[in-house]
Amino acid sequence: MSDATSEAAESPKPKSAPPKAEHGHDDGHGNGHDHGHGHDDHDPIHAANPHLAHHFDTPQQQFDAGKLGIWLFLLTEVLFFAGLFCAYTVYRSYRPEVFVYAHYFLNTKLGALNTCVLLLSSLTAAWSVRNAQLRQHGLLKLNIIITIACACTFMVVKYFEYAHKFHDGLLPGPHFAPTEQVWELESFKHKHPEAAEYAEHLIKSAEKKKAASEKPAAVPPAAATGVVAGSGTAAPPAGGAEAQAEATATVAKEGAHAEEIHGRPTEEQLEPLIAAGVIGPKAETRDVPSKPRNAHVFFSIYFFMTGLHGLHVLIGIGVWIWLLLKANKNVFGPNYFGPIDYAALYWHLVDLIWIYLFPLLYLIH
Amino acid sequence: MSEHAHDHAHGAEGHGDGHDDHGLAHTTPVSLLVGILAVLLVLTVLTVTVTSFDLGAEGNLVVAMIIATIKAALVVTFFMHLFWDKKFHLILFLTSVLFVILFLSMTITDRGEYDRDVEAFRAAQAQANAK
Amino acid sequence: MASPSTTADLVAPRPSPGSDNYLTHEKGFLSWALTLDHKRIGVMYLASVLCAFALGGTFALILRTELLTPGKTIIEHDTYNQMFTLHGAVMVFLVIIPGIPAALGNIALPLQLGAKDVAFPRLNLASYYLWLLGAACMLTSLIMNAADTGWTFYAPYSTTTQTAVAPAAMGAFILGFSSIFTGLNFIVTIHKLRPPGMGWFRLPLFVWALYSTALIQVLATPVIGITLLMLIVERLLHIGIFDPALGGDPVLFQHFFWFYSHPAVYIMVVPGFGVIGDIIPVFSRKRIFGYKFIAVSSLAIAFLGFLVWGHHMFVAGQSLLAGSIFSAITFLIAIPTAIKVFNWITTMYKGRIHLDTPMLYALAFLWVFTIGGLTGVFLAVMSVDVHLHDTYFVVAHFHYVMMGGAITALLGGIHYWWPKAFGRMYNEKVGRFGAVVVFIGMNITFFPQFILGSRGMPRRYYNYLPEFQPLHQLSTLGAYVLGLGFLMTAVSLVRSLMKKPDAPANPWGSRTLEWTISSPPPYYNFKTAPLVTRGPYDDYDGLVYDEKIHGYVEKGA
Repeated sequence: MSDATSEAAESPKPKSAPPKAEHGHDDGHGNGHDHGHGHDDHDPIHAANPHLAHHFDTPQQQFDAGKLGIWLFLLTEVLFFAGLFCAYTVYRSYRPEVFVYAHYFLNTKLGALNTCVLLLSSLTAAWSVRNAQLRQHGLLKLNIIITIACACTFMVVKYFEYAHKFHDGLLPGPHFAPTEQVWELESFKHKHPEAAEYAEHLIKSAEKKKAASEKPAAVPPAAATGVVAGSGTAAPPAGGAEAQAEATATVAKEGAHAEEIHGRPTEEQLEPLIAAGVIGPKAETRDVPSKPRNAHVFFSIYFFMTGLHGLHVLIGIGVWIWLLLKANKNVFGPNYFGPIDYAALYWHLVDLIWIYLFPLLYLIH
Repeated sequence: MSEHAHDHAHGAEGHGDGHDDHGLAHTTPVSLLVGILAVLLVLTVLTVTVTSFDLGAEGNLVVAMIIATIKAALVVTFFMHLFWDKKFHLILFLTSVLFVILFLSMTITDRGEYDRDVEAFRAAQAQANAK
Repeated sequence: MASPSTTADLVAPRPSPGSDNYLTHEKGFLSWALTLDHKRIGVMYLASVLCAFALGGTFALILRTELLTPGKTIIEHDTYNQMFTLHGAVMVFLVIIPGIPAALGNIALPLQLGAKDVAFPRLNLASYYLWLLGAACMLTSLIMNAADTGWTFYAPYSTTTQTAVAPAAMGAFILGFSSIFTGLNFIVTIHKLRPPGMGWFRLPLFVWALYSTALIQVLATPVIGITLLMLIVERLLHIGIFDPALGGDPVLFQHFFWFYSHPAVYIMVVPGFGVIGDIIPVFSRKRIFGYKFIAVSSLAIAFLGFLVWGHHMFVAGQSLLAGSIFSAITFLIAIPTAIKVFNWITTMYKGRIHLDTPMLYALAFLWVFTIGGLTGVFLAVMSVDVHLHDTYFVVAHFHYVMMGGAITALLGGIHYWWPKAFGRMYNEKVGRFGAVVVFIGMNITFFPQFILGSRGMPRRYYNYLPEFQPLHQLSTLGAYVLGLGFLMTAVSLVRSLMKKPDAPANPWGSRTLEWTISSPPPYYNFKTAPLVTRGPYDDYDGLVYDEKIHGYVEKGA
């Protein structure tokens, strides 16, 4: 709902903003305005330039005004996204493990594909400006169509990404309930096969211990909290000490549990698990691998950033369709190509934001 | 720059006032546009490839951001015509970047400073809960 | 076109009733609702903003009445919380921020530039409709279950309270875009639509002030946009960015909020500086002193204003390091502000001061704003702020700035441009009397609050200790006087509209371009762009008062 409303609030920007705003349209009340005014000072310049609005003296003045306007608008867009980048940076520096954990769930290939698609559309957008300037009507339409096609491709890919995430329970906030553990993911297994295997063993041993601890009598009180699993053949660690343990100590202990079944793991094998917050001080439990605390915040930021960016792509599609209809009337030429130029600038900014979003969200090491 | 090789080389002179011989602004040659796209695609491949190497704690992030900034600079300079456009538009754009940096740096400086307090509080709570 | 703008041929004679001007050019509801004319949009903005001001003022009077006695006087404590929230939100987002730029700026700025319109008339109209939409959202919150968070929407309370925070935040979000559109429009207009001969240092100071304001609007407002959007999403989906219970960081919200809202303080008050800068030389019949310093100090304030947001967060868990930086930069803002005040005072020195209504408001502004500004320097000292934070001292401080600065300047500007905008002269005696009553009322209302605050009365409290009662009652009395002053002024202004058109083209003897065309201005302002050959405050001696038309004309004309 908030998205819809924000769209309502934003959509007038590209549409009624510079591109449309200062060009006398050939329909609507805008012309009536021009009319009522124009008679006494309809000079040859206005007569020769049907798209020159009454309050501008020359096409150059109108174009420059529009260009300054769109640049100022892009300024606001940069700062609009700055809030999200700021939130991203704060959380990434604050909870690096959440970001490492979460990035295994993202599809780098689709992200890279979308990057290329947007870059291509940026080319055609820039090209279409040239076409409009040089009155290449056919090429202009073709380039706009390719731009729209790329934008639609981008949105389709995004749709599949989102659908996949929803399906896997990767939702922001309290709805976050991933159906798969991070070490069960192909992306994780492929990169860190030993760590994945080790995590499986930890889980199995934890299950065993849990089953064992369900036999009464032998259970030390701390085990009931689920924080400490201790019984069976291995020497159980003391509850209090466990709670205060340093990260390394915890890891060593976990190592001790797993040793029985798997042999001592190396530091390199453990490292991916610790980096992702799966085990170690910031995991929900210490010797049972699980998702890190507040892992959902990453997906909040992910959906917010990509969602807002996607919204801008959608608005861009709308603007390009409008321009395609205009281009179909062959109105653009060396003295009137502002709308194409402004839309292209907007489109490049959308691309620019994605250029940063891609490494920040998909390429976390 | 390569645009001089092309039919619209004169546009490079149009810096100051954005005025051009045949139109209201500079016309960018196609070969330059395509060339820029090629570089951008190469950089995209590069940034993906680089991720698979371990460059230290923040190394990968720094490299990724440097590549992204090069890409952004190419887009701004050539696709968005700032190379030929009025200097004021460049100043505006850099102003926005400056303000983003101010915003981020002050907020993050502060976040880093009180982080210790937050962690200490969390640890104390965890300890209290454990007892 | 060779003739300078201010020669007599452009000074239209007194308009006869029914002559063609922007008010009479087209008729009917749609000619207003769909107008692209900056003057009409300005008039619609002015009317809407003043309605919102009446609403916010009514809230204020109810709040002050409630505070007559400790405990319940007329309303319940929950209602009290909702009411001060809406008082703040309405006054800030609906009144003060759009007040001078969107209402007076729309009317006067293109005229001062000799332009036919703003650069993007459609965007201008869109800005007005977004204002209406934003106001509707705020009212929705009022009707549903008004937000009780304070206008600052601080998390985590705003993410958890049961009241209708989302519509109010959505309203502020939309109003932000309205403000951005106005600012963007003004920057382009000032850059691209200046007449021949008007270099940057021939711009009226009002234009300079609006330019600085517009830069802040464009650079800061998007951040509040995204912040409020995050807040709304946080409320609806609990995404955990601001809510500590979900792993969020509430101090981050304050950083985000104040990154906009401190610069927003300058969005509110810098246009006021512009109005005062235009009024003082005219009514002192003397060229402005230190024009360039006043002009550039607006830009300096705009820039520095971005670097001080943390002084709202000294006790919010912000680090000592950040606090020290913010505190130090806050002191710096006093410098460009003082430059302005000193230059205005020096402008009056040895001038021939005419105490007409706009000038009275300008003098009131100097007094009240100086108190408001200086107490701000106290609050910038961290050790002092720890004690005064969230007390009535802060309330008094920002009311002296917002009310004393922005609203006084708005009223001064309304009285200054009223004859130009509507072609009617208001009753000067009532106008002056109103200005004096407003000034007295303002001081009685807010000065006791400084004392209350320094004695420890916390802000936003429904109840208080009996020892605070006399000062609270004095403050409430002042609020009634203030309300009376506004009412009187409003009645006088509305009554002037019912008179015959009687305003001359130049009633005050101003030198800026808007006074060279008839009152009210013709539909397209200037037939051709005027050629500017002098500064906006030069050569007051070249004008003489003409008894017949009750206005100034060129000497020898």
